[in-house]
Amino acid sequence: MNGRLDELRGPVPSHPHDARAIAALAANPGCARRALLDAAGVDKDRTARHVGFPAPFGQSQFAITRGNVFEALVKENGCAELLRLLRELLGLPVSEVGYQDVENVGAHLRHSHTRALIDRAARESEETAVFYDHPLFSLEIAGHTSYLEPDVVAFQLGGRFHIVEIKSFGVIDGQAEPQKVAGAARQAAVYVLALRTLLAELGHDPERVSHDVVLVCPENFANRPTATLVDVRKQLAVLRRQLARMTRVDRLLEGIPEGLTFDLAPDRDGVPTRSAQELAEALCQVPARYAPDCLSTCDMCMFCRDEARGNGSTDLLGRQVRDELGGVSGMAEALGLAEGTLEPAEGQEEVARLLRTANLLREECLR
Amino acid sequence: MSALTALAQLRAIRDGIAQPITTVRHCHLAPHPMVFIPLRLAGEAAAPMGAMVGTDPGHPRLLVVPQPRNRDLRFAFTAELAEVVLPYIEGFGKTTETIEKKGGEPYERCLDAPQILVPNPQAVTFVGLLGRSTRFRRVDGPYPVHPSVPLLGRWLTYFADRSQHPGSSLLLTATEALGAHWATGQSGLEDANLAALLGWIDPPEGMTGPGAAEEAEDPLLWPPAGPATDPGFDNEVLGPAVRAYEEAPTERAVERVAQALRTQLEPTWRLMWRSVELLRALPEGARVKDRWDVDRGSFTRFLERVTEGGPPQARRDGAVGAAARLAGLERARASYDVQRAYDDPLVMAEYRLTGEAFAGTVTAADPEHTEGEGRSRKLRPLITVRTEDQVRLTPGATVGSPDRRGHAAEIVEVVDGEVTLKITKGMGRGRTPSPGSVPEPGERVTYTSLTDDFQSSAALPDPELTPWTHGGPPQEYVPSDEDAQEEWS
Repeated sequence: MNGRLDELRGPVPSHPHDARAIAALAANPGCARRALLDAAGVDKDRTARHVGFPAPFGQSQFAITRGNVFEALVKENGCAELLRLLRELLGLPVSEVGYQDVENVGAHLRHSHTRALIDRAARESEETAVFYDHPLFSLEIAGHTSYLEPDVVAFQLGGRFHIVEIKSFGVIDGQAEPQKVAGAARQAAVYVLALRTLLAELGHDPERVSHDVVLVCPENFANRPTATLVDVRKQLAVLRRQLARMTRVDRLLEGIPEGLTFDLAPDRDGVPTRSAQELAEALCQVPARYAPDCLSTCDMCMFCRDEARGNGSTDLLGRQVRDELGGVSGMAEALGLAEGTLEPAEGQEEVARLLRTANLLREECLR
Repeated sequence: MSALTALAQLRAIRDGIAQPITTVRHCHLAPHPMVFIPLRLAGEAAAPMGAMVGTDPGHPRLLVVPQPRNRDLRFAFTAELAEVVLPYIEGFGKTTETIEKKGGEPYERCLDAPQILVPNPQAVTFVGLLGRSTRFRRVDGPYPVHPSVPLLGRWLTYFADRSQHPGSSLLLTATEALGAHWATGQSGLEDANLAALLGWIDPPEGMTGPGAAEEAEDPLLWPPAGPATDPGFDNEVLGPAVRAYEEAPTERAVERVAQALRTQLEPTWRLMWRSVELLRALPEGARVKDRWDVDRGSFTRFLERVTEGGPPQARRDGAVGAAARLAGLERARASYDVQRAYDDPLVMAEYRLTGEAFAGTVTAADPEHTEGEGRSRKLRPLITVRTEDQVRLTPGATVGSPDRRGHAAEIVEVVDGEVTLKITKGMGRGRTPSPGSVPEPGERVTYTSLTDDFQSSAALPDPELTPWTHGGPPQEYVPSDEDAQEEWS
């Protein structure tokens, strides 16, 4: 099966998933196109660009600067500020804490170094408290190993590990933007899962990683950090289910034609040699399930939206609209039923009657 | 969302242009609203970058913060904004009317109230946060600010709070106001882009709705309506301009930032006024005025509170205050839904579709029908209505009608599209019904179980009597020095 996935990707290295990408896997679990592209490790961003539908995602340098400044502030002096926050939040009796910067070793050793450090911490006495800065975790995604770089620190005390997630959106009078908190929780859940997997591999109890992650954000309008515990059990469950599902891509592979590939086949300068048309046709072989929500999560969104427009699918308008139309998936079909130009198929009578009445009412009121 | 709106969306796609989903306008539109388009520094909660504000489409006022990380410049911006907004607001306090209240003291109410229009809900959030970050400031002590800054902060907080109130028109967003009157051929998420939404409703000459909407998604042609700016613009235009100011804070450097922001704000400014024109072209619903009266009352009370020198709004509501606010919002929601249906046959059609309302023609009437004997004899005219609608109302249900104010009836019987009703209210006090109060045969009538009856406020204890389950009586909120000196980096 891996061979088939490699063929789909072409002779380029698998595109690594970062935590954000992994968290987004759960965004539209019903989409076969996305599941397959992710499982094969295809670079969706480049693919979308090449077929002429770049995703409208970008980050402002102001936001990046702000994020970096805040993170540096929290981690300053061996995470002194973070220690203060955690003492208050978790009621820690410790006055001092160890600090290990995993980045001190070379990049190629970071993962094994993290592993060794975590293993040692898990074995040692429960009294030590240590911050691990720049750890490197790994997570198996559909047969491929992805490396995860939490900007985040894993903190251990009394035998429990906590994932600390530093975000620069403000918590104002105890409230933050719900979407941003949800995003941070999904991302932190990936780290929790990765660390739990690591502990299990080392023969320790994975439950020693707390499902409560520590979210550190600026308080009110200042740069002063504040910490909150966020329970990510729900996000973990979704993530696990989605990852388990991805290992079953064989079922998705069954349906696709022999020889299909999303290979960008770059020439020596890295410019894809394949025609956009050809690649687009290949993509269309795997069904997508477009929903307006994709516009904020998936690199392929513009391509799939264009395709859904071409198909005249009610998916374009969102789930709610489709539900209101009694689940009728085609726009022409729904309009035909409403205007009485189309005979309802068996089992559609009820929906047809509703749409027909709605149409008559609209006409009556707008006359 | 209803099947009617969903259908309108499909039509929008087929015809390539947005479709009306109402027959009247359901929001108040002031003769001279103030348009306010704020821009925020990316990555910050409420750091203003710039704004365009004003009541004259031909003369917008551009306000700019050349270095948004500098707190003095930010407060200067707020003071400048106050110069524009406060005189506008306070102008409405000058003329009042006296309202006589049944069984209560007469009170004063401003004849008109201010109306602020912003592009989208995110701008409302920004207005609230800007209010939150400025209302506790003090004019003395460390970090003193201009007296207008905390005052503006309280007003902005008031407007943002009030906009949560269903049916209130003091602070409106263009995307929501337009979206409440037109259905486009795109999803709600895409409708949040003002340029795209207007593209569907009012495409330029020679363009279709979807074509205009697609063009509107290009941030180079149509900059986002804020408060978030386009990341590409931040990185390529604004970033260098801000750095140039940092290196040499000259007039020229300020002008460079201002020029950059003007390119982002001007298109939205035009879209905002186009939205105003489109909304104004719709006839106003009959009950819009009633809701504006409530807005005027609310505005007057807050103006009085400010004039009397009351403290700024607390950071958080107490338990009783929060419960009262929630109950108020729920009542406003219910009432707004009913009023819209009563004002607008197309909105009523949604309830006809679900069987909570029906329309039809009166086939028989017995206007002098009575019930009971002797002193308890009551006038109860009977009418029969023939309808094609699927009626899902049961005998005994009380119904009202948008055709007659104060009219109420009870369903007696529903048989084969014939509904018999007994009129219970609104016939006058005489032995026979007052003229015109009972529908006559041949008249087209609408009845619905939705009624906008007076709902008494929730029975809540006084704040001093808050039970221990809710934290006990809250401490009275006194703004502290800490609030006033809060860091604003």
